[in-house]
Amino acid sequence: MSLLELEDVKLEINGKEILKGITANLDKGKVYAFVGPNGAGKSTLAYTIMGLEGYRDIEGDIIFEGESIKKLGIDERARRGITLAWQEPARYEGLTVAKFILAAARRKSPDVARDALLAVGLEPEEYINRALDKSLSGGERKKIELASILAMEAKLVILDEPDSGIDVASLQNIFDAIKFMKERGATILLITHSPFVLRQAEYAFLMCSGMVVEEGKMEDIVPYFEGKCLPCRHKNMPDVGRGKDGC
Amino acid sequence: MLGGVKMDVDLAKMAEIDEALKDEETAHIMIDRNRVISRRDVKGLVIETHEREDGVDVRLRVLKGSVIKKPIHMCFGITHEKTMQRINMEIEIEDGAEASFLSHCILPKSGARHEMEAAIYIGENAKYSYEEKHIHAFDAKVEVVSKAKVKVGKKGVFKTDFELIKGRVGILEIDYEAEGDEKSIIEMTTRVSGREDDIIKVRETGYLKGEAAKGALATRIAVRHRARAEIYNKMVATAAYARGHVDCKEIIQDEGEAMAVPVVEVRHPKAHVTHEAAIGSVDKKQLETLMARGLSEDEAVELIIEGMLGA
Repeated sequence: MSLLELEDVKLEINGKEILKGITANLDKGKVYAFVGPNGAGKSTLAYTIMGLEGYRDIEGDIIFEGESIKKLGIDERARRGITLAWQEPARYEGLTVAKFILAAARRKSPDVARDALLAVGLEPEEYINRALDKSLSGGERKKIELASILAMEAKLVILDEPDSGIDVASLQNIFDAIKFMKERGATILLITHSPFVLRQAEYAFLMCSGMVVEEGKMEDIVPYFEGKCLPCRHKNMPDVGRGKDGC
Repeated sequence: MLGGVKMDVDLAKMAEIDEALKDEETAHIMIDRNRVISRRDVKGLVIETHEREDGVDVRLRVLKGSVIKKPIHMCFGITHEKTMQRINMEIEIEDGAEASFLSHCILPKSGARHEMEAAIYIGENAKYSYEEKHIHAFDAKVEVVSKAKVKVGKKGVFKTDFELIKGRVGILEIDYEAEGDEKSIIEMTTRVSGREDDIIKVRETGYLKGEAAKGALATRIAVRHRARAEIYNKMVATAAYARGHVDCKEIIQDEGEAMAVPVVEVRHPKAHVTHEAAIGSVDKKQLETLMARGLSEDEAVELIIEGMLGA
C-alpha cells in the first residue's frame, strides 16, 4: 500500500482548472519530486495535499495510509503525519524559535529543539531564544521551519522550493535534513524547478499546465532541465512546447 | 516573581513570601489601597509617603549620580471589592542617576478602581526604566486609569513597558506624555490582551524637542469576544536630527473591535518620524503554518497572540 495516493485530483480556482487530473502514488520512505515551470501547478498540488483553505474542494481523491483525507482540515491532516514547508516561511513577531519548534514537536523536550536546530546547521545557542521575525533572513527562517518539521517527525514532508533563498553552503544542510528524514522512514515530496533539488529525489513527476506529463526515475526527468524540454505547450514557455518527440 | 500566588492572598502575606521583597538590597514599596504596608529604601534612594483617605502620595528620588543596581519593586493593589485607590506619584531621577522599577498592580476583586497619576523628571544623563505588570482576576471587572507626564533631560533615557495580558482588563485608560531634550531617548511599549467586554484606551505622546532626540512608541493589543481597543499614538519632532517611530499592531478575534490613530508631526526639516499600524485577524500564513504542524486553529491563534504580546 502506498503512503499517499493521488487519484485523478482536479481543482478549480475562480472557475479556472488549475489541476487537471493528477494521479500519483508515493511510497513510504522515498524521496519524490514534482518538477516543472512556474505556473505548472506544483505549489497548488502541495497546498491541495496539505488541505489549505481554498484548496480543499477537489474532484478525485487523496488517500493517505489507505483512508481518504479530502474532507479533513489542515490540522487533522497534520496530526495524521502530513506537513508542508512553504517556499517563503511565515514570520512571527515575538514568537521564539524554541516555542515555534516545540509547538510542532512530537516530544516536548528542550533538547528536541536544540537537536533539530543542529540538524539543519544552526547553532542552538544563537537561535533558540530569538524571535522568528524579520530580524532573521529568509534562509534562516527556512532552516528553522525545517527544524520544526524534524521535531514533528512527520510521515509525509512536502517541501515547496526548498532551495529558495538558500545559499549554496546552506543548501547542503537542507539536503542532509532530507536524507535524515528519509532514514527515519519519512516520505519526502519536493516541489522544485531546480535540477540540484531534483537530484535529491529517487522518482519524479514532470508537471505542465496542471497535468503530469511524464514520470519516472530522477535520471529520466533531468533532461527536462538540460534541454528545456517540455512535452506540452505551457503558457510560461511558449517556445519550448514541442511534444515528446521534439525533446 | 508573583507566579503561582493565589489571587485572594493578602498583600501583606505576599510580602513575606516574595523573595525580592525580603532582599535587604532591594528597595520596595507596597501599598494596599491607602495603606503603606511595607517599604525599604536603599542607598541613593529616598522614598517619602503620605497616606490619604483614598490612596497614597509617593515621592521617590534617586539622588544625583546614584545607580540603584537592583530593580525597585513597587506593588500596588486593592484586596477589597468596590474600592478606589489613587496613587499620586512623583519620581525624580537626578542628573547621572540610574534606576529601574518593577511595578506590580494586583486587582483581584470586582469593582476596584486604581488610579495612578505620575510626574516623572529624568535629569541629564540619567536613566529610568519602568516595567509595569498588571495581574487581574479572570472573573473580576476592574478599572485602571494610569496617567503620566514625563520630562527627560539632555542624554536622559526613559523606557516604560506596560503589560496586562493575564486576567480581565476591565476598563483600562493609559495616558502618557513624554518630552525629550537633546539626545534623549523615549521608549514606550504597551501590551494588553482584552476579552469579554473589556475596554482598552491607550494614549501615548512623545515630544522630541531636543536636537537628536529619539523616540519610539510601540503598542501591541489583542482583543477577542466583544472587547474594544482605541489607540492614539502621537510623535512630534521639532528639532534637527530628531528621530521617531510609532508602531501599533492589533489582532482582533470574534466580535472584538480595534481602532488605531497614529499621528506623526514633524516641524523641522532635518527631523524624521515614521509610523506603521496594522489591525486585523491573525495572518493566514502564520496560522496555516502552525496548523500544518498539528496545532488546532485555537491553539495556533493563542500561540501567535502570545508571541505578539511577548507573553
